[in-house]
Amino acid sequence: MNESVIQPEVRATPSHRLIGTLGLIALLSGLLVVSVFEFTRPYIEKNHRVALERAVFEVIPGAVARREFVLTERGVEPAAPGIAGIVFHAGYDAAGGLRGVAAVAAGRGYADVIRVLYGYDPDCACIVGMKVLESKETPGLGDKIITDARFRANFERLDARLNAAGDGLANAIVTVRQGNRHEAWEIDGISGATISSVAIGRMLNAGAHDLLPRLRPHLDAIRNVE
Amino acid sequence: MQAESLGFIFLNAAIINNFVLALFLGICPFLGVSGKLKTATSMGIATALVMFISSLCAYAINLILLHFDLEFLRLIAYIAVIASAVQLVEMSMKKFSPTLFRALGIFLPLITTNCAILGLALFQTFRDYDFLQSVAYSTGAGAGFLLAIVLMAGLREKLELSDVPSISRGAAMSLMLAGILSLSFMGFAGLGGH
Amino acid sequence: MNAKTPDKSITADTFLRGLWRENPVFVMLLGMCPVLAVTNSVANALAMGLATTFVLLCSSTLVSLLRRHIPKEVRIASYIVIIASFVTVVDYIIQAVSLEIYNALGAFIQLIVVNCIILGRAESYASRHRVSKTLVNSLGMGAGFTIALLCLGSVRELLGAGTLLGQPVFGAAFEPWVIMLLPPGGFFVLGAWLLLFAWIKERQDRRQREAANLEARAHAG
Repeated sequence: MNESVIQPEVRATPSHRLIGTLGLIALLSGLLVVSVFEFTRPYIEKNHRVALERAVFEVIPGAVARREFVLTERGVEPAAPGIAGIVFHAGYDAAGGLRGVAAVAAGRGYADVIRVLYGYDPDCACIVGMKVLESKETPGLGDKIITDARFRANFERLDARLNAAGDGLANAIVTVRQGNRHEAWEIDGISGATISSVAIGRMLNAGAHDLLPRLRPHLDAIRNVE
Repeated sequence: MQAESLGFIFLNAAIINNFVLALFLGICPFLGVSGKLKTATSMGIATALVMFISSLCAYAINLILLHFDLEFLRLIAYIAVIASAVQLVEMSMKKFSPTLFRALGIFLPLITTNCAILGLALFQTFRDYDFLQSVAYSTGAGAGFLLAIVLMAGLREKLELSDVPSISRGAAMSLMLAGILSLSFMGFAGLGGH
Repeated sequence: MNAKTPDKSITADTFLRGLWRENPVFVMLLGMCPVLAVTNSVANALAMGLATTFVLLCSSTLVSLLRRHIPKEVRIASYIVIIASFVTVVDYIIQAVSLEIYNALGAFIQLIVVNCIILGRAESYASRHRVSKTLVNSLGMGAGFTIALLCLGSVRELLGAGTLLGQPVFGAAFEPWVIMLLPPGGFFVLGAWLLLFAWIKERQDRRQREAANLEARAHAG
């Protein structure tokens, strides 16, 4: 906007008034934003907690309680701000027994990055659940990774055993062409959503490969919380 | 995260999730200033420049806000800082490179309220990009915007001469064109998926 | 807009002009980004329309209240700060009400800040009219914007998913036009609506011209 053109006889306002007005408006806005922020914070935190809890319970069948941990260089610690490492959630049943752990895996899909939460049951050494948290995959094609019941059935008992040395997966998790699944560690792909379903296999493999070998020595630590 | 290499971030912002054609950011200049190829190119370059600068500013601001736990001021801070950064660029351009200013200057104030700029700052924050990733993202987004607006202007210049029904002249025709462009850009999705 | 001579009375036109004659989307082509981006379902379109209307109402009311106290030189900066605060407020309220809506709309809630409709209203209307009139006008503009979003959202959801507000409309035999939910669909549907309105307008103009011709001939004869 060029005022000098619109108003030739513009009278300059003293600069202390300009600064004063801007300061006052900024103060008003600040008050407004802070009060709304403080007022809504408990609700927002509750919403986030409920959403996370629902997702964790969905990928760990039988879990009714949840604790958040961080896997660091030193071992497993309860999650707290400022601790860097791989965050994961442990799910417990009503009796307090460990039902599994859930962690986030992410990778490049067809349209953009896909993020999933997967559940791992240490007793059967397998992946027992997978939920897509974030995806922009094509509706009707790529989003079959969310909607397709046959594809979801892959993650009821997906083999994720560790190798003898304990430093990696015994068999890499991999997506195969639709109808060609023969091994317990293979994911039956979706024809028409090849890239999306292959991406899921790849991110699960990478995520499990990073987390599970390092987690195994500390399983007792999270089993014996209370 | 290996999925987010710098090259992929650049390609993703420029082509796969093109800011204009896939994310619908910066539609106003895309429809408004794409009548002539020459102006469209200048507009595209100016926008790419502002995107780069405001992305750097947003990165710095976000660091400061996070340090003081002031995330709730993010939006206000971003918009204020971007507006003043554009003003600064405009003034220094006027002083140091009058030729460049004559070519791009009139577009700079228009760009401040372009949602692609604020969108870029917000997206890079949501995605937790580090410094280099932010640079790759903003250059990619700028290149993508330039590409889209130049393609659009080329198409519209051709259409000037063709005989179309009177009701479809103007905005309706531009939107249909944009739809077709967007459709063809969908072909790039999946790039880098394998 | 003849803002040079603001007339004091509030008429039906103060409200209605936003709905049709000066519809922000279909006539003035403002705020296109959210119009195209979040209209892949009716629910999203409605949420976005309401959020924008809320920001529009609050910010133009405040601007109108303060219009005599804000010096010309800093008015744009002041408007932007006011708008940005209300957008932040809406952002937190939506998060508190429903995370699902929040995730569906994504960054486009915060991008309401740069929606030209809102700054345009503040600059060209609220800063020159008294509060009650501004309120009515903004309400009309907000309603016009929401209706435009719903026009797009309903067509895209109906054709793209075969549903309306999540309820199936067509039988199971209907094969959804997925393209309508994707970005190109947004451009095509908005283009089609503009074509329709251009066609209606042209017919009206022609009829008026013919009527005028007829009258002129009657006078001549």
